[in-house]
Amino acid sequence: MAEAAIPARTDKSLFGFWVYVMTDCILFATLFATYAVLQVGTNGGPSGRDIFNMPFVLIETLLLLTSSFTCGMALLAANKNRIRQVGAWLGLTFLLGLSFITMELTEFAQLASEGHGWWTSAFLSAFFTLVGTHGLHITVGLLWLIVLGGFIYRRGLNEHTMRRLGMFSIFWHFLDVVWVFIFTIVYLMGVA
Amino acid sequence: MAQYITGFILSIVLTAAAYLAVTEDWFTGGMLIAFIILLAVVQVLVQLFFFLHLGRETKPRWKLVVLGFMLLVLGIVVIGTLWIMQNLNYHMMPAQEMDGYMIEQSKKGF
Repeated sequence: MAEAAIPARTDKSLFGFWVYVMTDCILFATLFATYAVLQVGTNGGPSGRDIFNMPFVLIETLLLLTSSFTCGMALLAANKNRIRQVGAWLGLTFLLGLSFITMELTEFAQLASEGHGWWTSAFLSAFFTLVGTHGLHITVGLLWLIVLGGFIYRRGLNEHTMRRLGMFSIFWHFLDVVWVFIFTIVYLMGVA
Repeated sequence: MAQYITGFILSIVLTAAAYLAVTEDWFTGGMLIAFIILLAVVQVLVQLFFFLHLGRETKPRWKLVVLGFMLLVLGIVVIGTLWIMQNLNYHMMPAQEMDGYMIEQSKKGF
């Protein structure tokens, strides 16, 4: 890898962004702790076992995981200065991310329409807060991806666009890491 | 390239194993929970290593240091929360007794 060739400024920005991502992990940790405490408070309403559609969630998980992989492929293509490939991989990442968030919103809408919204119980409040915060991050990531794609399209791959791409890839991989825990702690443990 | 592909395949295998362990009842009770949490931790390590290239960082490993500090804070927040809330729950009066107690107290006047 051309790691040594990275300009010092880019290196500093990437480290700074990494520090931000670590603090975002703390945000998710507090939401996970809240969820773990409130999870038993179903107030006579449904528990995870009653409402989670596991095959659906598995597909969501695989979509996000694949988008994390295609994002890595985009970074590799950028390191080799192959701009068309970067565009293709980023486009694929965007579509996979969009499918993921669409599925998540479908799940939320269905739960709400069945009367299992966040107002029903402490468990569902914590569930919507935790999973919704992750979904919000994904949405912000998708908007960022549109802007980033525009920058790369107009200005090509230079020091600035490479730095932005590097930061985006950290953000996107981090969201997949958080989802691994949501999948395990909320969904799998909810039905186990 | 090989790094990302390895990471991707390992992540899929770990996700599938966790999913099947739950749906096909490979274990029961605490064993099952411990097993899927172990798989999640392994998958996060895989992604940190193969996707975020944490292993390739050169010497002063600041990213690793910040990650370590984050894990310390995370541990304090999560374990502390569960501990305190469980303790409060343990010392809480059962709901039926609570009603009676409150009525008694209100008769005494505030």
